[in-house]
Amino acid sequence: MKFRVQVAVLLKKSVLDPQGAAVERALKSHGYEGIKAVRVGKLIELEVEDESRCEVKTKVTAWADQLLANPVLETFDVIVEPQL
Amino acid sequence: MRGRAVAAVLVFPGSNCDRDCARAWEAVTGQAADFVWHKETRLPDYDLLILPGGFSFGDYLRCGAIARFSPVIAEVKRLADRGHYVLGICNGFQILTEVGLLPGAMRRNRDLLFICRDVYLRVENIRTDFTCGYSTGAIISYPIAHGDGGFSIDSRGLRELQDKDRIVFRYAGPDGRVVAGGSPNGSLDEIAGIINGRGNVLGLMPHPERLAEAILGGDDGRVMFQSIFQTITGATV
Repeated sequence: MKFRVQVAVLLKKSVLDPQGAAVERALKSHGYEGIKAVRVGKLIELEVEDESRCEVKTKVTAWADQLLANPVLETFDVIVEPQL
Repeated sequence: MRGRAVAAVLVFPGSNCDRDCARAWEAVTGQAADFVWHKETRLPDYDLLILPGGFSFGDYLRCGAIARFSPVIAEVKRLADRGHYVLGICNGFQILTEVGLLPGAMRRNRDLLFICRDVYLRVENIRTDFTCGYSTGAIISYPIAHGDGGFSIDSRGLRELQDKDRIVFRYAGPDGRVVAGGSPNGSLDEIAGIINGRGNVLGLMPHPERLAEAILGGDDGRVMFQSIFQTITGATV
């Protein structure tokens, strides 16, 4: 089975995000006052072939933990969608 | 006969301070350093490994994140475990944190700018084998050149660094004063360089090799190479 996997990496809430702060200021300078917080992260997309969704989730989570995100600074989410 | 210290500079794709490091080592100690490509899987027992600055693997994903999986890293760990000296400068420091030989991680600079200029540092610990040649509280100048140098660590990790005297360099003003928030890059506790618990692995963002000879405009970095050479060989240079 083929899967499309998205790994979303964000700085932890406790970590200062200067990029997010700069984007927030830029958005607010456009006059949109409703914005309460902006954080900038990265999205890593993978195409994976494997037997099952849970198998993919487990493997990609392990890769994310070891390589794709740095647990000292970042958190991540792994979203696995079957590719039809 | 004068003692011999065998040093090597690791080279990753994108390293760009490798020659500067080898040049500084040779200029200070009179002994040539080897260059070791990151694909090497078996190293001789070098006394000192230098992980140089640069942009290993283009800084893709995160600084140092991909270099961490280079084959030579297993040898870096092996030699570090046996007490040999490892010095990580700038990108080399970032790699050492990714490898886990040093704690913490580097964030994007607070002001989002790549900063390339000389900074003042206070030498906080002169009892390390890398800094024994400096005098207590010495104020020195090394250049920095990085975009991701904001040292970051959780509060427990920070306390451990503080309590165990493992903060070796802090960013300071020209008068040597360390002011909260005064680092150029937003580093926690103004930390510019740290050492591991055993005292044989040092990482720092500033570049001692770039000011190691008077002809370069300063030689404060010379003392670091002298110190480590003296520790290894017992000889002064």
